[in-house]
Amino acid sequence: MRISLFVTCLADTLFPQSAVATVRVLEGLGHEVVFPREQTCCGQMHHNAGHHREARRLAHRFVRVFADDEVIVAPSASCVAMVRRHYARLAESGDDADLAARSAAIAPRVMELSELLVDRLGTVDVGATYPHRVVYHPTCHSTRLLRVGAAPARLLAEVRGIAMVEMPRAAECCGFGGTFAIANPEVSSAMLDDKLAGLAGTRAEVCTALDGSCLMHIGGGLSRRQSGIRTTHLAEILASGPR
Amino acid sequence: MSALTGHGGDFREAARAALGDAQLRRNMGAATDTIRARRADAVAEVPDWEELREAGRRIKSHTLEHLDEYLVAFEAAFQAAGGTVHWARDAAEANRIVVGLVSARGATRVVKVKSLTTDEIGLNDALLTAGVAAVETDLAELIVQLAGETSSHILVPAIHKNRTEIRDLFRVSLDLPDLSDDPPELAEAARLFLRRRFLDAEIGISGANFAVAETGSLCVVESEGNGRMCTTLPAVLISLVGIEKLVPAWSDLEVFLQILSRSATGERMSPYTTIWTGVADDGPREVHVVLLDNGRSATLADEVGRAALRCIRCSACLNVCPVYSRTGGHAYESVYPGPIGAILTPQLRADEGAATSLPWASSLCGACYEVCPVKIDIPEILVHLRAAIVERGPRADPEGLVMRLVGWGMAGRRRYEWGQRLTRLGLRPFTRRGVIRRLPGPLRGWTSSRDLQPPPDRAFRDWWEHRR
Repeated sequence: MRISLFVTCLADTLFPQSAVATVRVLEGLGHEVVFPREQTCCGQMHHNAGHHREARRLAHRFVRVFADDEVIVAPSASCVAMVRRHYARLAESGDDADLAARSAAIAPRVMELSELLVDRLGTVDVGATYPHRVVYHPTCHSTRLLRVGAAPARLLAEVRGIAMVEMPRAAECCGFGGTFAIANPEVSSAMLDDKLAGLAGTRAEVCTALDGSCLMHIGGGLSRRQSGIRTTHLAEILASGPR
Repeated sequence: MSALTGHGGDFREAARAALGDAQLRRNMGAATDTIRARRADAVAEVPDWEELREAGRRIKSHTLEHLDEYLVAFEAAFQAAGGTVHWARDAAEANRIVVGLVSARGATRVVKVKSLTTDEIGLNDALLTAGVAAVETDLAELIVQLAGETSSHILVPAIHKNRTEIRDLFRVSLDLPDLSDDPPELAEAARLFLRRRFLDAEIGISGANFAVAETGSLCVVESEGNGRMCTTLPAVLISLVGIEKLVPAWSDLEVFLQILSRSATGERMSPYTTIWTGVADDGPREVHVVLLDNGRSATLADEVGRAALRCIRCSACLNVCPVYSRTGGHAYESVYPGPIGAILTPQLRADEGAATSLPWASSLCGACYEVCPVKIDIPEILVHLRAAIVERGPRADPEGLVMRLVGWGMAGRRRYEWGQRLTRLGLRPFTRRGVIRRLPGPLRGWTSSRDLQPPPDRAFRDWWEHRR
């Protein structure tokens, strides 16, 4: 299958290794990956912060860049949710029939990596080996907005050598919330403290998730506390080991 | 205030103080954990929970769309049952009506059953000014009243206090120096205090959970029975009811009594459900209802924001909220705290004050929407209100300028790629041994408790170009 990579601006700039891993996993399964270089940002930050004029402009750009692509994959649940769930609302609030039509046409083709692998391609074993003790953080937008369900757990269960552990109150927000972390840093940090305490109790080596942004937040907290736990995007686990 | 931090505003300041109170954080964490688990169990045993939620959403949406008709129908039915209907545009008018009714009867002793709406309009202060002492009879409301505080939770107003703090309060204010912190003993002390007030009271004042248009009935749901005493013992009963509390028909209560109790206290049914229709031989001989607008019509005019009026005040969203469960209710500076307060307060209050920071008091995690029994998409409304505030705000504020600049930079490939290089270069001076520990300006908020990994030398797109 020919799959277009929607890299997301954060992964592109700050953690390209998760996007590289996404490419490697899909190519390893025999798919062709293309990267439309005209893509920039889906507009999620502007949307969530209330700057809808700018968000609409970026949404227009996105639906044009990817207009003809059959399947579009991103290593980020929240960016996928932005396109699938919020573009339609942006179109409605802006009385923008063009965006409404284009986003409705593109929405079903935009998928988060674990959804694409499990729900669309029917693959649960990608041939990965990752001999580590791992805890999975179900990010808010992957579980409650995108509803990825069991897809990531099924993928992780097939990884050789991996030991999965659970953390308490796993589904609770880590406190990132985009600009929330800067607009309300004290509350955000209090949420992060509790998330990190729960993580520490698992004695995991690695915390993984579907969103690089949440991992950047959790990882930033772990680094500040000089914790031995590190963060890794799910794609990087799936791309690990000999194939 | 610098760019990007401005929207934290008053909430941020109040939350900071609350987070510094270790006892408060322990009390809040323990209490919300308990109610959260109880609700989850109560909901899990209902096989058609999702259908019930959908029914609740539909009935409330329909009622709001035809509110004008249902209000007139309610008025006619309430009057036919022997009651008197008053209409109040705002808090001042509602207070005038209630104080007028109390004064005209020469009453000085009033008992109240927990009514958020009376707190919304500041009725107790208005009564006090007129020389009338209103005693709260809900145990938690009484605690808050004796402490001279305000409620911090919609359903459990004294959630911020533990029993030791309550014992200390009762020892002084109820003059019981030997009281222990044993919950039955605390409840007994309150019971003895309240019993006298019930027997003395000339007028009862209540709110209502639901107002039935078809029959003109009012419904109060509670746990203690003090509400039933309030609504049946005094000869005169005055109920203050927001116009969004209407449901069309008696049979609609089937849905709401199920979803309310399970969502609110995690009970299959609340211990006391009191419904009255007009005057009765064994109840008050005079009943009044004050139907309150106070910003509700304006909220109704907003196509997205109006969904907030579906709220049945169960407070499930508070108990699951990671922000509320850490800050407590007082940080929201409103009788409606938590996620529902963050969308209701800014809409009900016409002024441009503290309420404008509330839509930013959320990480948009969506836990509230997941539990809401009438399916209010709170994150959607938060974003909608943020957009409205940004739109109204000054064009030249720092955040607006930054956001427009970044938006412009993202809207073209070459600009975007330049932006990537600038980000890399810009962060370099702050990088020490491969990690960023301190950033200036508004980004200080991030580095106050978190490190940042600097961007790698090559962006993904650079890697992609070079691998071919």
